[in-house]
Amino acid sequence: MWDNLQVLITAPVFNVQLLLNGITVGAVFALVGYGLALVWGVTSVKNLAQGDFVMMGGYIGYVLAKHGIHPILTLIPVAIIMFGFGWLCYLLVIKRVIQLDLFTSLLGTFGLALVLEQVLNLVFGGDVRTAHSGFGTIRMFHGMVTVTEIRLIALGLCALLAVGMALFMKKSRMGQAIRATAQDPRAARVLGVNTDLVYAFTFSINAAICGAAGVLISMIWVLQPYYGITYSVRAFVIVTAAGLGNLPGVILTALGLGVIEQYSGFILGAQIQQATVVSMLLIILVWRQLQLRRQRLALQ
Amino acid sequence: MTPRSRILHIALLVFAVTAPFVFPNYTVAISVLWMMVMFSLTWDTLGGQMGYNSLGNITFFGLGMYISAVTQIAIRYDVGKYTAAYGAIKVDFTPHQYYLGLGLGIALAALGCVIVAVILSWILFGLRGPYFAIGTLGVAIAAAELTAAWGYVGGGGGIAMPVFPGPPRERGLFFYAGFVLVAIVCYLFLRWLYGTRFGLALNAIRDDEDKAEALGLHTRRYKTVAWCTSAFFLGIAGALFGNMTGFIEPLEVAYPVLTFNIFMVAMPLLGGKGTLWGPILGAVLFDVLREATWTYLLGWQYVALGLLITVNVVYFQQGILGWVRAKKPEWFGVRVEDSNVKASPARSGA
Repeated sequence: MWDNLQVLITAPVFNVQLLLNGITVGAVFALVGYGLALVWGVTSVKNLAQGDFVMMGGYIGYVLAKHGIHPILTLIPVAIIMFGFGWLCYLLVIKRVIQLDLFTSLLGTFGLALVLEQVLNLVFGGDVRTAHSGFGTIRMFHGMVTVTEIRLIALGLCALLAVGMALFMKKSRMGQAIRATAQDPRAARVLGVNTDLVYAFTFSINAAICGAAGVLISMIWVLQPYYGITYSVRAFVIVTAAGLGNLPGVILTALGLGVIEQYSGFILGAQIQQATVVSMLLIILVWRQLQLRRQRLALQ
Repeated sequence: MTPRSRILHIALLVFAVTAPFVFPNYTVAISVLWMMVMFSLTWDTLGGQMGYNSLGNITFFGLGMYISAVTQIAIRYDVGKYTAAYGAIKVDFTPHQYYLGLGLGIALAALGCVIVAVILSWILFGLRGPYFAIGTLGVAIAAAELTAAWGYVGGGGGIAMPVFPGPPRERGLFFYAGFVLVAIVCYLFLRWLYGTRFGLALNAIRDDEDKAEALGLHTRRYKTVAWCTSAFFLGIAGALFGNMTGFIEPLEVAYPVLTFNIFMVAMPLLGGKGTLWGPILGAVLFDVLREATWTYLLGWQYVALGLLITVNVVYFQQGILGWVRAKKPEWFGVRVEDSNVKASPARSGA
């Protein structure tokens, strides 16, 4: 542990490597976190199957790539398939838990997560997989820092998706309806918004975003059925820290989380990575709690 | 106690005592059944009675298991050396040392779990609803991962437990008796607890925590004590289970986040949470179904489990007992008083 820390101090160039890795992965976390915040804000369903949607999208992309489509091009079919799958999940499960209490939605989606994870495990097995995009590697600082080109491309695609989503929410009719429903579902209904459709659309678009994130993950990192829960926890970390409806906050926390994970992985060892993510969650929950307490004291 | 409930109690007691002799080959399976009943009951203290749905009660189970293992080994060996050898050390505990270690291990497991519950309650009980569920799930995953990374207690390689000094049959009966005893004590304690003012306070917290607080209940204190009782029984269960299996390991045996941890939630939901008998009924049904089908599903068992949970919470949320109560309230009304389920003022006369 101390050796690794010393490496970072004596050879600062490694920090660049960790930062680069962290930011490129964090950009994908931002997508997943944004999807969760969207569903949370509009339907108040806390989707614990978020990470498993990511893995599912990644595996669908992986299968398509096996059939000769370039991994980057699979983004579009995967997003469409996941959109349909999200709609199906909405009809079967989410629609019925929206009216019920919050824990029900959590547990319902948790059951969904369990099913998805195990089906993926049965179909693809427990080995880690990567989709090969066939791009090269960029070397910097005399080869001490390496970054694969696909990571930079994925970063660009994430930015593109984020801008696209922001524009969609701002400009399109559906985006406006979604925002109206998030503000006040009853008023939106009175003004002629079909809120049922909005809920279904929001959940499906979230599934599509997750699917796209999964394809990116399959190219820059690894897929494994059981990694889904980690993405769910990451998404919760991001949303709890940034709050709902705060896109810049989501992006910043996601990048920060990616960087922190890389650092803890380097200093403490890779086997501690999942523990780092959940520890971050606990730290953020406690921090939020202290913040609330201070607010309450101030009110008194 | 009305005649009907007395018959039920006596029948269960007779089953508990005679089961290992009538079905000698299923002694371990029936021990696990009693453990499941305990899991279900302890989850319901928070989830059903108090409305705090924990997704991480397994933390105490694994913690108890590890505390007891370390205590039992530390009586005779250096724990670090013992675990580093991965069972290569020739283990020879005298019967006296074994029983002393086991007794001490169980006691310390229960105590340690209560202490950790107090510490965790300080962190977690400011969270409500889904945040509490996610937070407890995080604690469970973190506990599993950290134990797996900690070399002193064997890391991912696990610990071979001290061997029971006696023939296998005697060993089975010994641990069976342990589980039955703890399950009965747990049931009687919770039955008494739900009938007291304390039980009413828990229900008040479930119904509206802010109002309960406004009425002068120290909700924090009630929540902590309720969690400590859960932790106490789960710690003992963990210590016993670790010794019964003979080999412990963090991810599959001590902190099985995806199996025992989820069963704990699924069983009371199936039976009907917030009642005394619902969790027991759910645990028995679930465990019998699980034993009957688990091995034939060939990998699809977790899919079935996930579907069961989803269908259960989405379409059948009130559980079996809740459904019966909605269908036959007059018939059920008797039963509510019988089993002192909750808030029954006629309890003293029962």
